[in-house]
Amino acid sequence: MSNFRDTGHLFRFAGIFVAAILIFLAIRGWLVPHTFGQYGHYRGAALNEIAAKPVHFAGHQSCETCHADIAEKKSSGKHASVHCEACHGPLAAHADDPSIQPAKIDTAVLCAQCHETSAAKPKGFPEVETASHSNGVSCETCHQPHSPALEAGGAQ
Amino acid sequence: MNMTRRQMLVLLPAAAVAWESLLAGTPESSPNYEQTQHWWGMLIDIPKCIGCGNCVRACQSENDVPDGYFRTWVERYHVTDTNLANPEVISPDGGKHGFPAAVEDSGKYFFVPKMCNHCADSPCTQVCPVGATFVGPDGVVLVDQKYCLGCAYCVQACPYGCRYIHPTKRVADKCTLCYHRITKGLTTACCEACPTGARQLVDLKNPKDPIHAFLKTHAVQVLKPQMATGAKAFYNELDGSVR
Repeated sequence: MSNFRDTGHLFRFAGIFVAAILIFLAIRGWLVPHTFGQYGHYRGAALNEIAAKPVHFAGHQSCETCHADIAEKKSSGKHASVHCEACHGPLAAHADDPSIQPAKIDTAVLCAQCHETSAAKPKGFPEVETASHSNGVSCETCHQPHSPALEAGGAQ
Repeated sequence: MNMTRRQMLVLLPAAAVAWESLLAGTPESSPNYEQTQHWWGMLIDIPKCIGCGNCVRACQSENDVPDGYFRTWVERYHVTDTNLANPEVISPDGGKHGFPAAVEDSGKYFFVPKMCNHCADSPCTQVCPVGATFVGPDGVVLVDQKYCLGCAYCVQACPYGCRYIHPTKRVADKCTLCYHRITKGLTTACCEACPTGARQLVDLKNPKDPIHAFLKTHAVQVLKPQMATGAKAFYNELDGSVR
């Protein structure tokens, strides 16, 4: 009747084979992260994990919602395109909770970071030799940092 | 519980679907951010850079970059008519505290801010043996630090030297283009802190982005174009001596 005798061992072997495949798939399903391959050959969930990191620089839009007067003053001056946190440093903590006060700024250091004379700076950028320019008098005595030109509200 | 084989066969796929949705977890953290609607890059305007180092400091505080490591740094080039092929380049502490004063001479000086170029065909992601680094659907090259082995293949593969092994995490680390900021509608920390607008975050998929007009009207280059990396850090008025 059958061309094959003693076919039982074939079925037993096939059973072992199927079991091995199932075990492989189970281990693979357990080891490979669920979102792996969602967008490409990487863990898709990593995108959201990286995006969830905390922000330290609040962004000038956030500053301007409360400090509209400063933003207004700044908009007509030479520093119009300088964002708040370029000088004041990262202040997301202050934006979230205004009771956290920002650190005081040392203008002698801060202003010189950009405006100290160097032949390497692009032509036309306002530069001063701080040592001879003010003789140790701090910058904001004459220049209002939010609108630094002397005629635009300086103390002089 | 009594269950026929038929009921069992019907219930199994239903259970599988439920298990899948359980594993998928919570949906996106930035619900308004559509990854496929963006293709991010950076415009670096060389004539505007004054070498103040604000971007380097901002990057380090925004991203907790360890001391002595840089996701972005600024180089100062000094090119004279005798060293065109091999200019003098300095970057003291990545330009974090500015640069020593330069004196006028026969040569020219200029600053070149450097960072990850977020290449579309990035060499670094191609060599990763485990799929821990990748170009995201929005064109940002990122590292999955939970998956990274720290083998440093990518550090060697980057032609721009933009990656490092984090000294305490022992995994690859690099510029994320402030992915945690741009997905919330903010600009990057370096762009936010740049006083002269020398750095601009650009979205090449946004038809209203000024980058499109800028690219048409300016002499814009990328670094090492011969390597065909599809770099997306666009340099305006880049000097030919820059490597």
